Amino acid sequence: MSRKVLLNGKEIDIILHRLACQLIENHDAFENTVLIGLQPRGVFVAERLKQILINDYGISDLKMGFLDITFFRDDFRRSDKTLEANKTTIDFVVEEKRVVFIDDVLYTGRSIRAALTAIQSFGRPLEVELLTLIDRRFSRHLPIQPNYRGRQVDAINKERVEVSWGENSAEDAVYLIN
Amino acid sequence: MSELSVKHLLGIKYINEKDIQLIFETADHFKEIINRPIKKVPSLRDITIANLFFENSTRTRLSFELAEKRLSADVVNFSAASSSVKKGETLIDTANNILAMKVDMIVMRHPNPGAGVFLSKHIDASIVNAGDGAHEHPTQALLDSYSIRERLGDVAGKKVVIVGDILHSRVALSNIYALKLQGAEVMVCGPKTLIPKYIGELGVTIETDLKKALQWCDVANMLRVQNERMDISYFPSTREYSQQYGVTKQLLTSLNKEIVIMHPGPINRGVEITSEVADSKQAIILDQVENGVAIRMAVMYLLASKIK
Repeated sequence: MSRKVLLNGKEIDIILHRLACQLIENHDAFENTVLIGLQPRGVFVAERLKQILINDYGISDLKMGFLDITFFRDDFRRSDKTLEANKTTIDFVVEEKRVVFIDDVLYTGRSIRAALTAIQSFGRPLEVELLTLIDRRFSRHLPIQPNYRGRQVDAINKERVEVSWGENSAEDAVYLIN
Repeated sequence: MSELSVKHLLGIKYINEKDIQLIFETADHFKEIINRPIKKVPSLRDITIANLFFENSTRTRLSFELAEKRLSADVVNFSAASSSVKKGETLIDTANNILAMKVDMIVMRHPNPGAGVFLSKHIDASIVNAGDGAHEHPTQALLDSYSIRERLGDVAGKKVVIVGDILHSRVALSNIYALKLQGAEVMVCGPKTLIPKYIGELGVTIETDLKKALQWCDVANMLRVQNERMDISYFPSTREYSQQYGVTKQLLTSLNKEIVIMHPGPINRGVEITSEVADSKQAIILDQVENGVAIRMAVMYLLASKIK
């Protein structure tokens, strides 16, 4: 198994700042926008972006929630393991809100498809956008593309892109694992 | 997260502590889901579930049906009163006929103890026991423990007394198994005629004085007197029973602590508990009902994930 660093901590920080600026460009002061981190790993990206938006750009009134898509996935009973659920914390309705999904890696697009169904349990959003730190090109199973992307990566199917965060490992980094 | 150690939920006797924790953790997620504006998930959309009720039920049947529908399963209902059972069909024939219609899971209530185990040996579908005679009622015990966990933080180390008609109660037996598995202390309390002779072998203590039992416990689970299962008289009169074993507000205030009151329903108000107690803040009877849906969703989700 070989492991190649795609992004180091500093590069991730620069990218997150750029993504934060792009969000501000489209959503002003976030009056009618909610950020939804997708469980489990999108939560880390969402938390970082929230900190940058609040601390560096003075966005005060930011609504954020975490959405678990386990029960909406299309591979239930297709894998040997029971699908593991995570906690959903959305204490607002998304009716007529502009929703931004946040995830770490966009691969087949199936998680996002599930998230699009899952979010409707909380109302009918005005629109839904997608922000991902890594966009794996040429690997989509569904017609889903991000509105905001950190870095595009070409990886063949047997390779794996792994994002690690200082919160639960040694440092922030994105690896390509073969 | 691992998976259940069993293919069927026939009784608490057949599962282990890890299974119980897995069901509780899964139920936590479903409880959040059933409090959303839209309370449905598509997980079981390709699963068909038959509810076979050979014995009357309102609450359990509604709870199972709601849980199935919230998981998007296709549901068929069957009740013995309006079926071919009355025409002499055997249990296996009934079940096989239903299975021929491509049913993946069977939820069954039956008046005979062991009916679920019997069926599981003969047909190829996941079976959930929704009560078999005076034997087990596993989902009720799970939702009872889940409600205790929700109110008191944990089940381990808690003192739980089960009061009333222990002899005819499947809820009592399943609760004893479930509570002991989780490390709770269990006492049964009731008139001697309604306490099975060998119940002590399950590791529970026996008390015939209700006040002493309530003074000892953190949680009191009040059972209904099952008149329909009694072919002889087990106590002189309902009035005397309620005087000896009915929980009143006065009795609760005379204790020097606040205990949690549970009841699996249906309540005979004024017999095992007064209306004042049933509607008080100490009673978590309606929480039990709400948790019942989440627990049953969790059980069926976890069992369905083993159907390949």
